[in-house]
Amino acid sequence: MTALPITTTGLGKRFGRTWALRDCTFEVPEHSLCALVGGNGAGKTTLLRMLAGLSRPTTGELEVAGRRPADDPAFLADVGFLAQEIPLYRRWTAEDHLAFGAHLNPRWDGAATRDRLRRVNIPLERRIEALSGGMRAQVALALALGKRPRVLLLDEPVAALDPLARRDFLGTLTAAVADEDLTVLLSSHLLADLERVCDHLVLLSAGHLHLCADIEEIVAAHKVLTAPARETAALERDHHVIHVDRTPRQVSVLARMGIGPIEDGWHVEDVGLEEIVLAYLGRTESREVASR
Amino acid sequence: MIVFRLNPSSGVPPYLQLAQQVRQALSAGVLVPGDQLPTVREVVSQVAVNPNTVFKSYRELEREGLVQGRPGAGTFVLRRPDGPPPGTHARLAKGLARWVDTARTAGMSDSAIEALVRTTLDRGEAVA
Repeated sequence: MTALPITTTGLGKRFGRTWALRDCTFEVPEHSLCALVGGNGAGKTTLLRMLAGLSRPTTGELEVAGRRPADDPAFLADVGFLAQEIPLYRRWTAEDHLAFGAHLNPRWDGAATRDRLRRVNIPLERRIEALSGGMRAQVALALALGKRPRVLLLDEPVAALDPLARRDFLGTLTAAVADEDLTVLLSSHLLADLERVCDHLVLLSAGHLHLCADIEEIVAAHKVLTAPARETAALERDHHVIHVDRTPRQVSVLARMGIGPIEDGWHVEDVGLEEIVLAYLGRTESREVASR
Repeated sequence: MIVFRLNPSSGVPPYLQLAQQVRQALSAGVLVPGDQLPTVREVVSQVAVNPNTVFKSYRELEREGLVQGRPGAGTFVLRRPDGPPPGTHARLAKGLARWVDTARTAGMSDSAIEALVRTTLDRGEAVA
């Protein structure tokens, strides 16, 4: 049995007196495409940088591809990381980058990398500075995949891309997951893309982990309950209430359903992933306001 | 080979959309028994969905007995879905358009035509 691609225990990171991430324990299953979502400053980049071995945790433990970044030089061969700003040399061509990648990486797969770039019509002989943003992102992704990592970490790779370039990028990524022994953790604000492409979700808000589960299970476990204005205390006993919207006449609750019964009078409806994520993100804000 | 597309706003789960597009291609004769369905890799690079979505839709078609997965080889069409052969729909539509024309010429309103169709369907038996 191989180790899980990503496991963390009590992971935390403090910058000065501020905790960017606290008490974060989760695991990502083998071969999944896992979405990492959260508001700005929720701790996504902090988490990704620690998983990539670029930053040391203040507390807790982490393992990626069965290795701890701090004490294992082989770690880097198994983990790919694509930072937000797409790190490429502007005056080099894609071909130059391929030669460089072959030189640096023991498991480099030049044929597959070339093939990936050819499929999306990237001119290999042109300088990076002459390529569109979408093409640059494809080059960076192909390079990250070319080292054949077991785990690939992507920090908002599609944020700056137009819809077509985004679909091409995600197409290359999903095809790589279909082909290889690869697990991906991908942060983004584009929930519609994530719902389509990912099968697992990690949700951070204000430095805390709120959800880590299979997306289908998350969607199945959450419901919206509506009723004429009434108290929610009874509901909160058996179910995990995430968000409550009240008007003088009506109350609407988004909840993660427990095993207990639902009292009569609630109208229960299914709810999409986007609404669930928004409810979690909104909840943290209101909690912070309440505690001030 | 068939081209898949996904409508994110349809509310129909993506795996069912893919399965439905295969069924349509089978009904229309675009795919015939023995044909290979696109590989999971081909579908995901085309429409950018999770590979499991494609597996799930192919499994659904397999359950219906329309296709068969052969390990290491791919997924192949076994048979057409039940229903009239390709071309039937187009032929009947043409006949119906002619009939509607006749009915309108005879002075029937659209709601009267709808009512007549409804009554005929409800009678539940062939008209001699």
